Amino acid sequence: MATSAQRASQLTMADLKGKVDPDWCPGCGDFGVLAAVQKALVELQIPTHNVVTISGIGCSSNFPGYINTYGMHTLHGRALAVAAGLKLANHGLTVLVTGGDGDGFGIGGNHFVHSMRRNVDLLYIVMDNQIYGLTTGQTSPTSRLGMKTKSMPFGNIEAPVNPISLALAAGATFVARGFSGEQKHLTELIKRGIEHKGFSFLDVFSPCVTYNHDNTYQWFRPRVKKLEDDSSYDSADWTAAMQKSLLWGEEIPIGKFFERTDVLTLHGAEPVLNEGPLVHRDLRVPPDVARSFIDELT
Amino acid sequence: MKQTFAIGIGGAAGQGVATPGDIFAKIFSRRGLNLNAYNAYQSIIRGGHTFLTVRAGLEKVTNMGDRIDLLIPLNQDSMDRHLKLLTAGAACIFNADAVKPGAAASGVQLCPLPVSELADITRNKVAQNTLAIGAGLHMMGIGFQALEDVLREQFKKKGEAVVTENIGVARAGYDYAAAHFAAFPNPLPKTENRYAILSGNVAMAMGGAAAGVKFYCAYPMSPSTGVLHWMAAHARKAGIMVRQVEDEIGVINMAIGAAHAGVRAMCATSGGGFALMSEGLGMSAMIETPVVVINCQRAGPSTGVPTKTEQGDLWQMLGAAFGDYPRVIAAPLDIGDCFKLIPEIFNIADRFQCPGLVLCDLLLSEGRLSVHPKDLDFSPPIDRGELITAANGSGAAAGAATNGDYKRYRITESGISPRAVPGVPGYVHTVATDEHEEDGVLISDEFTNPIKRRAMMEKRMRKMAGIEAAVPPPALLGSRDADVTLVGWGSTKGVIEEACEILNEQGIPANQLQIRWLVPLHGEAILEILGRSRHTIIVENNYSGQFARYLRSETSFVPNGHIRKYDGEPFMPHHIVEAVKEQLAGSTKLSVPMHEIMV
Repeated sequence: MATSAQRASQLTMADLKGKVDPDWCPGCGDFGVLAAVQKALVELQIPTHNVVTISGIGCSSNFPGYINTYGMHTLHGRALAVAAGLKLANHGLTVLVTGGDGDGFGIGGNHFVHSMRRNVDLLYIVMDNQIYGLTTGQTSPTSRLGMKTKSMPFGNIEAPVNPISLALAAGATFVARGFSGEQKHLTELIKRGIEHKGFSFLDVFSPCVTYNHDNTYQWFRPRVKKLEDDSSYDSADWTAAMQKSLLWGEEIPIGKFFERTDVLTLHGAEPVLNEGPLVHRDLRVPPDVARSFIDELT
Repeated sequence: MKQTFAIGIGGAAGQGVATPGDIFAKIFSRRGLNLNAYNAYQSIIRGGHTFLTVRAGLEKVTNMGDRIDLLIPLNQDSMDRHLKLLTAGAACIFNADAVKPGAAASGVQLCPLPVSELADITRNKVAQNTLAIGAGLHMMGIGFQALEDVLREQFKKKGEAVVTENIGVARAGYDYAAAHFAAFPNPLPKTENRYAILSGNVAMAMGGAAAGVKFYCAYPMSPSTGVLHWMAAHARKAGIMVRQVEDEIGVINMAIGAAHAGVRAMCATSGGGFALMSEGLGMSAMIETPVVVINCQRAGPSTGVPTKTEQGDLWQMLGAAFGDYPRVIAAPLDIGDCFKLIPEIFNIADRFQCPGLVLCDLLLSEGRLSVHPKDLDFSPPIDRGELITAANGSGAAAGAATNGDYKRYRITESGISPRAVPGVPGYVHTVATDEHEEDGVLISDEFTNPIKRRAMMEKRMRKMAGIEAAVPPPALLGSRDADVTLVGWGSTKGVIEEACEILNEQGIPANQLQIRWLVPLHGEAILEILGRSRHTIIVENNYSGQFARYLRSETSFVPNGHIRKYDGEPFMPHHIVEAVKEQLAGSTKLSVPMHEIMV
């Protein structure tokens, strides 16, 4: 019988293929994200049973069905809350959360902010297409000003959220942006996000070829500039990261904006977890402890 | 009639109503007496008016009762509100410097304490409270040592000087009463029993620990917050991860996430928070991950009356989350039952992989009851059902590690499919809130298939038959032969029980049917019992008769009458007794008793 180490060393792309093929539209940016995640897991050689992929609802949230890890396809906007509970109950697992911009920044905005300040140890990948796809094309929290959609046919009059600035402000300890059209670069960011101990936020431009005719591959390609190509950029500098996050237009930075490693993860900060994952603990309260609980009341 | 002794202490929030209450409760419990305490308070930190009732007796004391024997009004407002409640034989101890008594009924003893003569009030701001405790104790015929012991514990942390001073003040009150006030004719009895005194919230939290809860999360909301406080304070000793979450939507989802990883997870809230959790309950049922949710009801709708009790959330509970799904709903019958129910409902939730809902209310959550320590069993049966963990599942199906044959939602006769938790090799699968096939693959998007959908609905709903078999049907309390059968659910058990005792003493044979398991209801068994009853009255703490409507919807049963109360305060026994009499006399079919204590 193979040891777990040997099994892990055998992990290939084929092992990570899900039970069914994605039903995304041909050309959807999410295909690239799925492939990059699978590649990253192969390169990191994490056994599939130790990975849990958790999503909310939306096109990109169908992701867990297309990858062969443990998976949870939860409620619209709630993936991060579910993931935090799961990670705290078994912090030995590698947790990936996947979803879209509506799911994460709209209906799930509250959990997004609080998961970051808690520094829950997981990688959150948002496939950001700046539109609601599965509901057939409405304005999303990242749709640009003026963009015409079915829900705002005369153009969006609400300013979009800036996910990178928001994540920096909320205390995320790893903040990055990728582009589905830059596979190698994206795979590298995913690997670093998984390896980072704490909340890793990865916003990925993942064009919607059906409903977003503004922010297309063609639109992004000449604009995206890798932060890694600028040797003077220091991703440990929060202020520099915040300044970079404000760039938008002719030049849009992608890559790792920020990382700090001096903050305890949520599971690392709670002494209750010192004895190992909760899921492996005995359910019974020791008799002497139980007695002390009752004694307090007499 | 039950021989009990009740003390009422009233004052403004922040005036120290709770401390004398705790001291009396401790002294009563150390005399081996049963007790029940109920605090009527408002949503204010300082000021307003709070009224605490502590009732003690040799037998089980299940509710606040009808009579106050000793009133201690700490301010004029409290005197004005409550003196009129006292009847012959009762007494009222008050600070003669600050409070003027009004007209009392004949036979009520007024006991003015010259507080500034007996204590240095410039040094001790709560001297009037301590003096009143001392005086009251003498009148109840209890030796001073009992009070000295409690005060010593109470003030130990503040140093010997404070201890000595307080004992001195209490002694002055005790001696003054000996010289000036008539003692109550029957000294308070004493037994060798020793009870624990706890609130329903503490009971449910401890019940959770006993059930093996390893993850608890909540958003603060009255009257459920006591569960969070106990959990947070005892988390490290009990090995429980306790989190305060950003909102109740986060709470239920976080709890389900933890439960999905394989631990027992619980959360508590009140009606408003429960409303936010609704969608999450559907997820628990759909992905078949068990979770236990407690709803401590308060008076609604909306923000309602946060510090007042009601049984107004039954239909919210019944209707929570869209679609049909299996679940179990139970209402604890008293504070001891708050403890006992939690391990029971966890076993059902785990076995049937569905949400377990506990419908508690402020009356139990924040009330206090003496419970025998043996009824706080930290080794209850634990049944986790068909759970595959690293301990029992590792390698069992190792060959099926990738794209294997493990079917998380295997269609079975019982509707229960063996549940593997993440981290176990060989069982990799994805769960989904979308409708899915046996292996978890969605059928909702591309390949919706009416045959598969029907099969999966039926698989899940088959669990209801198993749950029904797992929970006992309700039983009639009292003699089978009675003129009137009172039907209640949850927290009204004790007060209805006492009303029945009084009715029986007064020559009106009465019995009781109290419902604990609301879903599944055991409608046949209920019909069988009520079919033999001569006159049936449903008693509940809400406006519309939520249980009566539910019972009718499940069984077509229509009772002869209703007793309802929705003023925020709980029933007192005489409310029910008088209502039964007027209904048996045929003057009405719906009684709504007036609450006489103005709080």
